[in-house]
Amino acid sequence: MWFTRQGTPHIADKLPQINWLLVFLLAAISSVGFAMLYSASNGKLDPWASRQMARFAIGAALMIAVALTDIRYILRYSYVVYATALVLLLAVEIAGEIGMGAQRWIDVGFFQIQPSEIMKVALVLALARYFHGLTPEEIRRPQVLVVPLFLVLVPAALVLRQPDLGTAVILVLVGALMCFLGGVRMWKFALAFAGGLGAIPIAWQFLRDYQKRRVLTFLDPESDPLGSGYHILQSKIALGSGGLFGKGFLAGSQSHLNFLPEKQTDFIFTMLAEEFGMVGGLFVLGLYALVLIYGLSIALRCRHQFGRLLAMGITSSFFMSMFINVAMVMGVIPVVGAPLPLVSYGGSAMMTILIGFGLVMSAHVHRDIRIPRRSTILDT
Amino acid sequence: MYRDYVQFRAFSRRAVLLGGAQLALASTLIGRLYYLQVIEADRYKKLSEENRISLRLVPPPRGVIVDRFSKPLAVNKQNYRVVMVAEQTADLEQTLDALSQIIQLNDYDRRRTLKEVSRRRPFLPVIVRENLTWEEMARVEVNTPDLPGVTIESGQSREYVMGETAAHVVGYVGAVSESDLGNDPLLEIPGFRVGKNGIEKAYDLVLRGKAGTSEVEVNSIGRVIRELNRDEGKPGTEIVLTLDRDLQQFAVDRLGQESGAVAVVDIQTGETLVMASTPGFDPSVFSQGMTEAYWHQLTSDPKGPLNNKVIAGQYAPGSTFKTMVALAALDSGVVTPDHRVFCTGEVALGDSHFHCWKKGGHGSLDMHGGITHSCDVYFYDVARRVGVDRIAEMARRFGLGSPLGIDLPGERPGLMPDTNWKLATTGVPWQPGETLVAGIGQGYILATPLQLAVMAARIANGGNGVVPHLSRDLLDHDRTGPRAGPAFSPVGASAAALKVVQDGMISVSNDPHGTAYAARITEAGYELAGKTGTSQVRRISKAERLNGVRKNEDLPWEERDHALFIGFAPISQPRFACAVVVEHGGGGSKVAAPIARDVLLETQKRHPVSGPVAHGEPDGQEA
Repeated sequence: MWFTRQGTPHIADKLPQINWLLVFLLAAISSVGFAMLYSASNGKLDPWASRQMARFAIGAALMIAVALTDIRYILRYSYVVYATALVLLLAVEIAGEIGMGAQRWIDVGFFQIQPSEIMKVALVLALARYFHGLTPEEIRRPQVLVVPLFLVLVPAALVLRQPDLGTAVILVLVGALMCFLGGVRMWKFALAFAGGLGAIPIAWQFLRDYQKRRVLTFLDPESDPLGSGYHILQSKIALGSGGLFGKGFLAGSQSHLNFLPEKQTDFIFTMLAEEFGMVGGLFVLGLYALVLIYGLSIALRCRHQFGRLLAMGITSSFFMSMFINVAMVMGVIPVVGAPLPLVSYGGSAMMTILIGFGLVMSAHVHRDIRIPRRSTILDT
Repeated sequence: MYRDYVQFRAFSRRAVLLGGAQLALASTLIGRLYYLQVIEADRYKKLSEENRISLRLVPPPRGVIVDRFSKPLAVNKQNYRVVMVAEQTADLEQTLDALSQIIQLNDYDRRRTLKEVSRRRPFLPVIVRENLTWEEMARVEVNTPDLPGVTIESGQSREYVMGETAAHVVGYVGAVSESDLGNDPLLEIPGFRVGKNGIEKAYDLVLRGKAGTSEVEVNSIGRVIRELNRDEGKPGTEIVLTLDRDLQQFAVDRLGQESGAVAVVDIQTGETLVMASTPGFDPSVFSQGMTEAYWHQLTSDPKGPLNNKVIAGQYAPGSTFKTMVALAALDSGVVTPDHRVFCTGEVALGDSHFHCWKKGGHGSLDMHGGITHSCDVYFYDVARRVGVDRIAEMARRFGLGSPLGIDLPGERPGLMPDTNWKLATTGVPWQPGETLVAGIGQGYILATPLQLAVMAARIANGGNGVVPHLSRDLLDHDRTGPRAGPAFSPVGASAAALKVVQDGMISVSNDPHGTAYAARITEAGYELAGKTGTSQVRRISKAERLNGVRKNEDLPWEERDHALFIGFAPISQPRFACAVVVEHGGGGSKVAAPIARDVLLETQKRHPVSGPVAHGEPDGQEA
C-alpha cells in the first residue's frame, strides 16, 4: 500500500495516480465539440468554439483539483453540495415566478449557472453518501428508501417545473440506477416501474402544451412536417444525407443552411453525423462507450462503496445524457431538450461534467482508503 | 469485512449488469445510425438536396419581330430599374428620400415600395422604379455609396420601333392575366409579359422561348447563398413578317387623318405587305403602364384606334362587289358579256324605285361598260337575273363571308347573305328588292378590307384561292414548323368570265370614262387596275331624293359614305392586290382611289415586278 489508513499522501504521489487516459478521452470528446462548434459558426472560432475551449481549460483544471482532493472530504460535504444545488434550483424557480416564463439559469455576471446541471452531480453525491452509510441488511428495509425518494423527486419536480423534461428524466434515471447499484431489491424496482406506468396519465396532466405536442409529434413526426415535427424531420434528413462518410467538415448543407435547429446545442450530434457520416458518429459513440467502460473499471477497483457508487453514478449519468440526446436527434425518443455532454455548447454542463469526472478520478486516486460507514469517525 | 465483501460482490454484479445494459442500449443507436445513414441514405440525400436547392427561372429574351427586309418592328430594350434590399439599409425612409434627390420618385412609387418591403422578407429585392433612362441609371450608380441597399438591375422591356404605324399588326405584350395561365412556368415570373394582341399574341409561344433555370442554394428561410448551376434557356424565335415596314409607313402617312384601312397582298403567295389601320395607338403603353387618360382617349374615339380595321372592320363593299355579281352572272352563263341594259337613272321593282348613282342614267351599256361606269341600274338587272344565291356562292369562293384565316387574332368573318341565311336569321323570306340592293354591294353584305384585297387578288391571279398571311416562315397551325410553299387551288371561276371582269377593272382606272380615271397612274412604267366603291351608311329618303341628295361634305362625319377601292397592279403581269377603305370618307373614286393609286405605285417602285418579290435589302430604296 502506498499510503496508510490515516496518512494523507503528498500531491506528488497522487498525480501519477490520476487516470490520464480518462482525461485524454474526455479531452477527445470535448475536442470533437470544439470542431463542431467551429463548423456551426461557419468556420469561425467565435462565438462558440473559443468560449467552449476556455471553459474546458478551466473545467479540466478544476477536475484535476477535485481528483486530488481527499475522497473523505468529498464524502463529508456531499449533502452540503446537494443542499446548495437544491437551493440554487429553488432560487431559479422563485426567480422564474417573479420574472417571466421559463428560467433555467442564474446570472452571476460573467457567466451563468444552470443549477439543474449541478444537480445531476450533486444527486449522485448525495445518494452515494446515503447508500455508503447503509449496511446490506439495512438496505432491505423498505423505509430506508424514503430518503432517496425525496432526494430524487424534489429536484426532479423542480426541474420539471422549469420546464426541462430532459434533465428531469435524467435525474430520475440516475436516482433509479443509484438505488439499483446501492443494492435495493429488484422487486422494488418492478413495483416502482409499475407505479410509474400508472402515474403516466397523471404526469401527462402536468406537462406543458408544447411538451405534450413534442411527445405526440414523436409518435408521428411526419404528420406535421412544418410544425413540431419539422425539427425531427430535418434532423433525420441531415443524418441520413450524411451517409457513410459524411459531406465533409464545414460542408453539412442542412446545418449550414440553418435547416437544423439549435445546431450548436441539442442538435450538434446531427451536424457531426452529417459532416462526418456514420463513421464519425460511430467514432464519437465509441469514445463515450470507452468512458463508460473506464468508469466501470474504476468502480470495480474501488474499495469503498462511496467511491464505487460515485464512479458508476457519474459515468452512467454522463452516458445516459449522451444516450438521450443522440436518441432524440435520431428520432428514437421525443425531443426533450437534452444537450450532448461535453460536445454541446454550454458552460454549466461542461463544468459540472468535468468536476463530476474529477470526483470519479478522486475515487480512483483514493481507491484504497477505507472509509467507515458512519461519518462520525471521519473527523481526524 | 465479510459484509463488505458481500456488498462489493453485489455492487460488482449490478455495476457490470448496468454497464452492459447501457452499452446494449447504445448499440440500438448504432443500429439506428446504420438505418438512417446507410439504408435510407439515398432517400435522405434526395430530401436534403431538395431542401437545399431551389430552382429559379431565368426569363429568356423574347424573340424580335422584323419586317421582310429584317428591319425591326418589335425589339427588346435594356431596361434599368432601381431595386432596394430593405435589410441592407438602416433607415428605409431616409434612403428613399436620398434616392428621390437623385431621380424622380412619385408618391405612388414610394408607397408601393414601402408596402412591398413590409410584405416581403427583408433580403428580397423590391423594385422601386422601372424604366430609368441611361442618365438616371448612371446618376444612381455614382451615388450608390450614399444609398445603402439600393442597386440597379437591368431587365428587358419591349420596344415597338414603328409605334402607331404597325401597332395593329405587331400587337403588344402585357402582364400575364388569369386567362393566360397555363403550364409554362415562365408565366409565374413576376413582371413577365405575354403577347396580348397582333403577332405578339399569334406567335406568343415561339416568341417566348424556353425558360432558363438558375439552381441556387438557399437556406431554410429562402435566402440565396450562391448559384450552383445556370441554364440560359432558349431565347424566343425571331419572327420575320411579310410586311414591308416602310411601305406600311407610306400607307399610314397616306391615310393621314382619315379613319381607314389599307391592305396590300401578293396575289400569288398571299404575303401581306401592308396592313395599315388608322388611327393607331402606342403599343408600348400596354407593357409599360397605361394612363387612365390615354385609355379613355383610346376607347372613346369614334374612329376606333384600337381596332384593326383591316381584319376587324366590316363594311358594305359597295360597288367593288359588282365584280362578284358580274362573275356570278358570266360564270353561270345567265348573261353574256354582250348583255345590254339601258340605264335611265332608275328602275322600278314593284312599288319601289332603285336609283343609279348617276342622275339621268348611263344610257345603253354592256358588261364592260357597266363595270367601267359602275352603273347601278346595269347591276340591278344582272343581279335580278342571276339571283342572290349564285352571287353569294361566287363571292364566298373569292373569300367573302368567312374568316380568311390570316395568322392574326381578331379576324372577323364579314357577312355574305343568301336566301337561306335571311330566312334562318330573320324568319322572313328573301325579298326580290334585296337582290337588287345586293347587286350593288349594299344591304346585308359586309366585308373586311382584307377580304376585299383577297377578292381583288383572286380576280387578278385568275381565280386562285390565295390566302393571306403575315409571318414569312411560320404558317402551320402550331406556329412551330416551317410553312409549306403556297399551293392554292383554283376557286372555280371561268377564265373567260374573269377576263371580262379584269378588263372592266382596267378600264375603271385607265379609260377616260372609268370612275377612277382621275386616280390613274401617270408615271410611265407603272399601272393599276381597280374598282371603286361607295357604300352608304344612311338611308336616303324619298323626299331627299326629290330635293337633291345631300352632298357628303354637308353631312356629319358619321353619316358620310364609306369610300372604297380595290385594285391590282401592274396590269400586264399582276402581282399586288390592294384594298382601301376610308370610313365616312365620301366617294370611292374621289377619296379611296387616289390612296390606292399612291400605295400601289409605291409598292411597284419598291418591289420591281420583274423577278421575284424582293426579300432582303431593296435596291437603292434605303440607304
